[in-house]
Amino acid sequence: MEFERPTTLLETRTHYCPGCGHGIVHRLVAEVIDELGIRERTIGTAPVGCAVLLYDYFNCDIIECAHGRPPAVATGLKRVLPDRIVFTYQGDGDLAAIGTSETIHTANRGENITAIFVNNAVYGMTGGQMAPTTLLGQSTTTSPDGRGLNHEGPPLKVCELLASLDGVTYLERVAVSTAKDTIKARKAIRKAFVNQIEGKGYSLVEVLSMCPTDWKLSPQQGVDFVNHQMKKVFPLGVYKDRS
Amino acid sequence: MSDAETVMSGQETKIVIAGFGGQGVVVAGNIIARACVIEGRNVTGMISYGAEMRGGTANATVVISEGEIASPVVETPDMAIIMNQPSLDKFEPVIAGGGLLILNTSLVDRRPHRDDLRAVQIAASQIAHELGNVRVANIVALGAFIRKTKLLRPASVEQAIADLFASKKAALVELNIRALNEGMARLVEAS
Amino acid sequence: MKILLKGNEVMCEAAIQAGCRFFAGYPITPQNEVPEYMSHRMPAVGGAFVQAESEIAAINMLFGASAAGARCMTSSSSPGISLKQEGISYITAAELPCVIANMQRGGPGLGNIRASQADYWQAVKGGGHGDYRLIVLGPSTLPELYTLTMNAFDYADHYRNPVLILGDGILGQMAEPVELTPYAPVVDLPEKDFVLDGCAGRKPRVIKTLYLRPALELVHRNELLQAKYDKISSELSLFEEIETADAELIVAAYGITARIAKGAVRTARRNGLKVGMIRPITLWPFPEEPFMRAARTAEKFLVVEMSNGQFIEDVKLATACRRPVEFLGKGGGWYPTPEAIFEKISTMCEKSLAD
Repeated sequence: MEFERPTTLLETRTHYCPGCGHGIVHRLVAEVIDELGIRERTIGTAPVGCAVLLYDYFNCDIIECAHGRPPAVATGLKRVLPDRIVFTYQGDGDLAAIGTSETIHTANRGENITAIFVNNAVYGMTGGQMAPTTLLGQSTTTSPDGRGLNHEGPPLKVCELLASLDGVTYLERVAVSTAKDTIKARKAIRKAFVNQIEGKGYSLVEVLSMCPTDWKLSPQQGVDFVNHQMKKVFPLGVYKDRS
Repeated sequence: MSDAETVMSGQETKIVIAGFGGQGVVVAGNIIARACVIEGRNVTGMISYGAEMRGGTANATVVISEGEIASPVVETPDMAIIMNQPSLDKFEPVIAGGGLLILNTSLVDRRPHRDDLRAVQIAASQIAHELGNVRVANIVALGAFIRKTKLLRPASVEQAIADLFASKKAALVELNIRALNEGMARLVEAS
Repeated sequence: MKILLKGNEVMCEAAIQAGCRFFAGYPITPQNEVPEYMSHRMPAVGGAFVQAESEIAAINMLFGASAAGARCMTSSSSPGISLKQEGISYITAAELPCVIANMQRGGPGLGNIRASQADYWQAVKGGGHGDYRLIVLGPSTLPELYTLTMNAFDYADHYRNPVLILGDGILGQMAEPVELTPYAPVVDLPEKDFVLDGCAGRKPRVIKTLYLRPALELVHRNELLQAKYDKISSELSLFEEIETADAELIVAAYGITARIAKGAVRTARRNGLKVGMIRPITLWPFPEEPFMRAARTAEKFLVVEMSNGQFIEDVKLATACRRPVEFLGKGGGWYPTPEAIFEKISTMCEKSLAD
């Protein structure tokens, strides 16, 4: 089996923790960009969160945005340069908390962009606070007794939420916690980019990903958390496909 | 000085057109301002802007001068085209001394209280109704206004009407010009 | 040929003439004519219009559109401009050109929809987080609004900095004849070597505002920005002076207030009072030179503004408090009349005689 670094990834060490899923998702996105031959016409948006340093790893044009605003920035880019490929790479705080408004409206306008949504149920960069997607009962530094149904409310389900919008083209939830899931994730990401190339509108791939450091787990336990806890709350699958 | 001479002297002439929303006060203000542009005069226009879109009171103000216009905001108008009773109640107290009122007697049911104002009566809504469209009452009143003040040449006002309604049916332009002429012909000096 | 347009429309047409090809905004009175006009004009010239879901989204759309190389604009009124401050800080940090218009209304809070100048501090002193500067222009008439809006795009590109047009509800809502002269650049326009359009034939580009390592990298970044602001300060100073040479009293005002005050100054001169006026056109950089000069010869100053006293601080700074500066102004949607300003001038002149 051949295993080379995609041209779209720079040759460098990442700052991600052991067992973090971002490196895997970066690689999948880079492989797809390579495979589709679009690196030289692709512009990515970096979020605020652990993936803010996206531009240190991606070998393509990148704009770093304010927290939650990548969908709006991507809208500006794409409307000015409709023949370029624009993707957002966002975490759960960026996409589903502070940027919920931008996410919903960009999706509903059917902006012809690709959103990669990395859901690891916790705020990584700031040190393990509660995310909009934190599971009920999951303890974080701001929900020390575990997320409660009444005060914090249940986790926000982005694919289910966006599926109700008529303007959205494609929604799929995948994971990178098993080899089989990762192959499916790659296919979904590929489809989300192909949709954009074919002018089909807004595509979002939600990737359930690991954050063992802020979950206070080992890398292996992190994988187990995704497989046994997160997948129950966030079922994998295609939530919408109008492509 | 006549009204026309005031403008020529470089002083500002401040006009308010007031009525209820839908009476076309903004259109009347727009036509006066456009006619000024046609005649190469300095002019500013302002409309009251607010939450009420229809039915509320509306007013437009126009300032005309041969010199530079200081403020487009009019607090003490020199003349007013008053399309309904509430507008008379509102503006009569603030008109400048010696100022002029053009009263739409179809919808204004009293004479001005002040004796230092000049007034001209025009049954604008009634005349508009006779012309087949009550919505041209504003233009009828405008006709009375330009006849009384001689601030603008009728030809400029007709041109402004034609420009404003350029995208509409020719019949509409024709109706408005008839309304203007009726207003010019049928004003009554208040005794 | 002059045509009659509302201020908001004049500004839009100037932007279109200057090559603005992206507009995003959110409706708010008294600037609703701007998104309305842009919604049909922008597609007609091959540009893009987006009615954004919020002012926050709108300013961030500009962040993207500017990065993509387009001349771009957003507009709002006071509460909406507050929402844009986050994006303005980022765009300024990233040194991207764009034009923002504020047709100010009464505040604070939801305030009212009458004209106001209460966002002066927000415009010229910051507004968003971090040390940054906006180039701020204060047009006084619609012909000037037309010209300055076109110039705003040039200054933005020349200095790679956002430019704010600080208007107000009167300026936006009033109509006045304007000659729609063709656009011609007023400053040198450098090639946009920052544009993100895909890295074909070049190395990938990054636009970012995060500087974590080494520890002092952000300090150096700030020094570079400050050097640019110093350069702008030394190069850009626009103002109008009226009869200041022999004036004993100088009226200072900007924007629509200056237009109204000018009428009062003319009346004062007709009445034999030695009154002049300084009207800053660039509000940042603040034109200090005419004030320093006038402070040597005039006896006193009168500031007129539609706020509780913001612009007056810059007048006091520019005159180094060498002369007394009196104030005529109120917040909350109050307008001065030429008569009220003349009355204040007369009182101040009488007091001078009595002293």
